[in-house]
Amino acid sequence: MPDYNLSYVYVFAFFVAGALVVTAMMLLSHLLAPWKPTREKLKTYESGEEPVGQAWGRYPTHFYVFALLFVVFDVEVIFLFPWAVLFRDLGWYGLVEMTIFIGILVVGLVYAWKKKALNWY
Amino acid sequence: MPVGPFGIDPFIWAPLRLVIAVLLVVGLVFNGALAQIYLERKIQAVIQDRLGPLHTGPWGLLQTFADAIKLLGKEDIRARLTDKWFFLAAPSIVFSPMLASYVVIPFAPGIVGADLNVGLLYMTTLGSMTVLGIVIAGWASNNKYSLMGGLRSAGQLISYEVPQILSLVTVVLVVGTLSMVGIAESQPGWQLNVLVLPLAFVTYFIAGLAETNRAPFDLPEAESELVAGFLTEYSGMRWAIFFLAEYGEITVVSSIVTTLWFGAWHGPFVEVFPLIGVLWFTLKTYFFVVVFMWIRATLPRLRIDQLMSLCWKVLIPLTLTNLVVTATLLLVFPSTLVPVAIANWILLAAFVLLLPYVQRRRLVALRERLRTAA
Repeated sequence: MPDYNLSYVYVFAFFVAGALVVTAMMLLSHLLAPWKPTREKLKTYESGEEPVGQAWGRYPTHFYVFALLFVVFDVEVIFLFPWAVLFRDLGWYGLVEMTIFIGILVVGLVYAWKKKALNWY
Repeated sequence: MPVGPFGIDPFIWAPLRLVIAVLLVVGLVFNGALAQIYLERKIQAVIQDRLGPLHTGPWGLLQTFADAIKLLGKEDIRARLTDKWFFLAAPSIVFSPMLASYVVIPFAPGIVGADLNVGLLYMTTLGSMTVLGIVIAGWASNNKYSLMGGLRSAGQLISYEVPQILSLVTVVLVVGTLSMVGIAESQPGWQLNVLVLPLAFVTYFIAGLAETNRAPFDLPEAESELVAGFLTEYSGMRWAIFFLAEYGEITVVSSIVTTLWFGAWHGPFVEVFPLIGVLWFTLKTYFFVVVFMWIRATLPRLRIDQLMSLCWKVLIPLTLTNLVVTATLLLVFPSTLVPVAIANWILLAAFVLLLPYVQRRRLVALRERLRTAA
């Protein structure tokens, strides 16, 4: 088996091991811990008060703006990784191209900044 | 018949090595967490002029064991309104990627789970999977504190991922490989990357603090505002798994710092006894773990707007500048790293000196505005 595939067997095995460890710990706790639920115990915690409604509702849209910005920048950094590895082979051509690419994104960041999208409130 | 290492048949050795690796890493995570909780308590105690754990065992060494046993015996409560399957799966979603990122950590020459050729990218990918588990935990709890904690965590982690990866790319530019072993091998002796790229180190470390939800960026679990953030509904063993994952993640970030900037296993006598590299690697990693705790005991927590503007208005422009400057200088001077190092140190000095100045000017302007408004 080539070494390349074996590496990913390791990755897979570690993921499975993580799930198994968590399961084993929960099982052990299940065997050792008491289990006497009452109505009060199973209530949602709200600082000792009677819980009001559910939490599944609306939340601030600021998160949405930052998530949009993040998507743009995260795609950018994924493009940067292959360029960084082949940096010396690509030389000036690669650098100029990447600078233009980053420049376009910086213009976007400046636009968001000027539009006050980066201000939390 | 071919004979593998230790005179064992290679067909038996391959699965055996995998099992040994998994067991070692699981042991490492558990022991690391025990050691780090003890360290954290003692360091905080020393900084706050207290004694810390003292009574359980010599110097309180057994305190964390006692806590672990206590946590095992606690009732596993799941509130009625929670989303059952997501609530149960969340600890696993946080824990598994953390465990899997140990695959590529180069502990010593030849001692690495698997030397992936995309090691660094793999590390960052797994690091950002944590946010998924935290958001799921916050949402599934159906608790207002948990939801706020989970959302804050999402906003914080996705923002800080950008400067984090940009800092890593700067190192990749200089080193030219994504393999963790390759990066470690590129820094023999005193040729540490931190001497060439100190700014990337500082920005990565700040982003790493945010990525692990550590103080001063511990907004997702800010106990003075959100009870325990996304952990509010979790108790007993499930809660312990989140904490195991957090301490494991701190070790992962520290070991990335060690590998990328501080020469990984390199140190005296490594050429003679390769195994001693494990010692150097552990010492360097734990130095940064201690720095994590030192920072926690020293700095107050940021507000969420300060957190976001530090990331988007300071760190991202800075890391982008650093990236472009480093790339240009590397091409202008292909044979030497000295100009890159000089530029980096100058940028770092500008960052350290100008940031307080800029903040002060903003504060003065704000005061002026408030006074004229009044």
